[in-house]
Amino acid sequence: MSPLSPLLFLVLVPLLSAMLIMAGANPRFTSILGSLVNVALLAGLAVFFNTDQPGFQFEGGFEVVPSLGINFLLGADGFSMVMLALSVLVTLAAVVAAKPPVQSPGWFYISLLFISAGVIGAFASVDVFFFYMFHELALIPTFLLIGIWGSGDRQAAAWKATVYLATGSFILLLGIIGLYLIQPEGLRSFDMRQIAAHASAGLIPDSPVVYLLLLVGFGILVSLFPFHTWAPQAYSSAPAPAAMLHAGVLKKFGLYGLIRIAAPVLPESVERFSTLLLVLLVGNILYVGYVTVAQRKLDWMLGYSSVMHMGYIFLGFAALNTVSLSGASLMLLSHGLTVAALFAMCGIIRERTGTLDFSELGGLARSMPQLGLLFGFAAMASVGLPGFLGFAAELQVFFGAFSAGTSLMGEVGGKEVFAFNAFQIATICAVWGIVISALYMLRAYRRVFMGPLREPWARLADIEAGPKAVLILLTVVLLVTGFVPQLLVNLVRPALFVP
Amino acid sequence: MIPPIALEVCVVTLGIFLLMAEAFSIKTNKKTLAHGAIFGLAVVFVLSFLLQPNPAGLQESGFYVVDDLSLFFKRFALLSTMVVLVLGMDYEPIVARLVPGETPGAGTGEFYILPVFTCAGLMWMSSAADFIVIFCALELVTISLYIQVAYLRRSLASLEAGTKFLVLGALSTGFFVYGITWIFGMTGETGLAAIRNNLAIIPVASQTAVLFGLGLVLVAIGFKIAAAPFQFWVPDVYQGAPTPITAYLAVASKAAGFVILIRILEPFFTVDAFRDKLIPALGFLAGLTLVFGNLAALPQTNFKRLLGYSSVAHAGYLLVGMAAIGNVFAGRAVVFYLCGYLLMTFLAFLVLVPVAKATGGDDISNFNGLARRSPGLALAMLIASASLAGVPFTVGFFGKFFIFEAAFSQGLYWLVGLGVLAVASGFYYYFKVVRAMYWMPPAEDAEPVVVPALSRLLIAVMAVLILVLGVYPRLLTGMLP
Repeated sequence: MSPLSPLLFLVLVPLLSAMLIMAGANPRFTSILGSLVNVALLAGLAVFFNTDQPGFQFEGGFEVVPSLGINFLLGADGFSMVMLALSVLVTLAAVVAAKPPVQSPGWFYISLLFISAGVIGAFASVDVFFFYMFHELALIPTFLLIGIWGSGDRQAAAWKATVYLATGSFILLLGIIGLYLIQPEGLRSFDMRQIAAHASAGLIPDSPVVYLLLLVGFGILVSLFPFHTWAPQAYSSAPAPAAMLHAGVLKKFGLYGLIRIAAPVLPESVERFSTLLLVLLVGNILYVGYVTVAQRKLDWMLGYSSVMHMGYIFLGFAALNTVSLSGASLMLLSHGLTVAALFAMCGIIRERTGTLDFSELGGLARSMPQLGLLFGFAAMASVGLPGFLGFAAELQVFFGAFSAGTSLMGEVGGKEVFAFNAFQIATICAVWGIVISALYMLRAYRRVFMGPLREPWARLADIEAGPKAVLILLTVVLLVTGFVPQLLVNLVRPALFVP
Repeated sequence: MIPPIALEVCVVTLGIFLLMAEAFSIKTNKKTLAHGAIFGLAVVFVLSFLLQPNPAGLQESGFYVVDDLSLFFKRFALLSTMVVLVLGMDYEPIVARLVPGETPGAGTGEFYILPVFTCAGLMWMSSAADFIVIFCALELVTISLYIQVAYLRRSLASLEAGTKFLVLGALSTGFFVYGITWIFGMTGETGLAAIRNNLAIIPVASQTAVLFGLGLVLVAIGFKIAAAPFQFWVPDVYQGAPTPITAYLAVASKAAGFVILIRILEPFFTVDAFRDKLIPALGFLAGLTLVFGNLAALPQTNFKRLLGYSSVAHAGYLLVGMAAIGNVFAGRAVVFYLCGYLLMTFLAFLVLVPVAKATGGDDISNFNGLARRSPGLALAMLIASASLAGVPFTVGFFGKFFIFEAAFSQGLYWLVGLGVLAVASGFYYYFKVVRAMYWMPPAEDAEPVVVPALSRLLIAVMAVLILVLGVYPRLLTGMLP
């Protein structure tokens, strides 16, 4: 195996840009350049990516701790490529949308670039251990970003998020160690492919403890109900680019991990605890959904809505069939792009008006028509309007989840019955969630952009060229993939494991 | 090729030479002594690579072993003493102010010479294979440290620390000697190798007595490594002692405690009857230490005190590794952790000393706005805190990972569970420093903190090592005994 994977450059470009900034280069220009290089690099890799070939491509790495089988191993399959595309796109959007802060702008961009390097590294890792390590690379930059450049009660938010995330990661680490130790001695490995191979060969016993550790660990990171309270607070306090990267990309790590690791290795445990997970995810969709409706500020509403949408992806994971899992993977991309666009615009509104309170805003579409239009697109994409990727993803999740579990309809045991199983009940709740999300999104849109234009906002400048360009880019990606979702499904499906 | 024992002889000679030099020739600039000591120790460090391996005569005496573990810790002791001397030079103005003397600087020379003797003791200890030798080495270390802790004669805190350290040190010595006598009485030997042979044949009825003796020895070592419930001297002594000596206590003295713990427990682990009782005892100590160290660190506002509790917490992690000793890797995991602990703790102290000098105090609030005063120092401290907390891509993460992997594979799930609590609270209290540096505004008249060139070099080297080992731990695991 070659020690050098082309994917390594994707990780190194943000790190090198960060070092250049430390050495004194212009922060904004350097980070935009670095992100553009990364987009170009990934586009180049996509050209060379062979969709017919199963398994990981562009592999490369070296041994780190041979006695424990830890290797630094990068590689990508269709699923990782989708997540990498999400990472580089949102990074670009975040650094372009970021206004250089007054206080130490260099460190601001350095922190953003470190988060970017972390997520790219995580999604490009084949080794579970480094998959975990790369995710943690983002922890300190997040702490600094929220604590230094945040708004509102930023310090409390940063503390809460850091302690939650650190605890979640440590539980996750224990889960990963457990995953390593339940493999038969002598064959133990951290390589995702080998763990999956052992599992399919029946060498790995079913282990509820390890699954629960993984579920809770990943769950805290993804803000699974009831571990979600850090998220809205952190996102509302974080500066816009940090919220974009965190809610858009970093948080997807947990679900990616569950789909990638827990599903193929411990499918029996996933099934055994599916009822528990269904209850929690319905909590995400309905409880958090109604909490979202009650929000009076745009940033808090977006924070809660991003928590709520995680419920759908969990549903796709819990159902564990081809349709639902590919829906979940598509939704990772769709939600990431959408929420990044929404947080970017939320940041612009905050910067122009100084407030995000619904009662103080109104009629902004008249002074900022272009922003209003783009926000409308993103809001619709978030609701899951047909034509956007979110619709294709949700539809697959619902179809997949409704067909999951043992059917209680028709002839069961010689008797004619008609009842819903747990998956179907959860799906029905989730469909109701769409109504909730339409309710709060449209209401927010009306209260911010429609209605009478208030005097102080009459002469606000419209969105600038740079942020406009990246927001259009995100919208176009959402629309194109929304009309031809099959492109992504073909890419993702071979990488998914279905029991 | 030189015999291994020459290393200790060289270090002691160096110490005596420096004492003489101080008495007869070097009257004014005491830093010359520190430079001489660092240079001499560096020479010994180089010599340690030219040793004659396995001299049969020494091995057979049963007093002194030369194996990879002892060589490794000799180098460990030499390196940490050198760092302490560098720290001591940064600390010089405070020593000069707080030590009474007729001329400026009088009476401060020993501050740079006593660590050399401590170092000799630490090096002996790593090779000691007999309870008597262990005891003598331990006393050489402890007595020289008593003086160093109480060195600042005009500082009440330092005197108080010295007294506490002396009283509790003497108490633990008592436990140690009493324990040895019980073990000697039952096995008829003080040499560890001979004890190992006799343990297998002593009657079952005598086992309890041996265990009692071993328990007393464990209590004594518990004092040295600051394991709960024998940790209560730590915060006061750490806060009151001169900062370089605090660093010395935190790193070298703790490492030495773990080396003798490994050495002493080794023969007892070979007998199942002892092993079955020792592992729960160690696990209990580890759990208590983890919980106490981490929870008590949460409300601290003084950075030296915080590091004191943090040193208790780290002793907890190390004890988890000791309790998991059944795993072949666990011993090496403990050693790896100690090396990482050396790097990150010294890095924190190397930043603390100049910051405390510039701001006039060692509270966490003295770090306020350091990121704007001296971004480089703040970055180094960020790396140290991240590593102490166990953030990935630092050596501290791999240390914790190896330890918990070993504990997990030994089925010590409850310890692993306590580890969750410990790590989460660790994040909180280490990040308090990060918060002060990055979130808080600096004082109005804040100027960049001045750091001498030698310290700056050390800070850079340690920060880079922490990160490099955090990506590529093989660099160190390849060298472990």
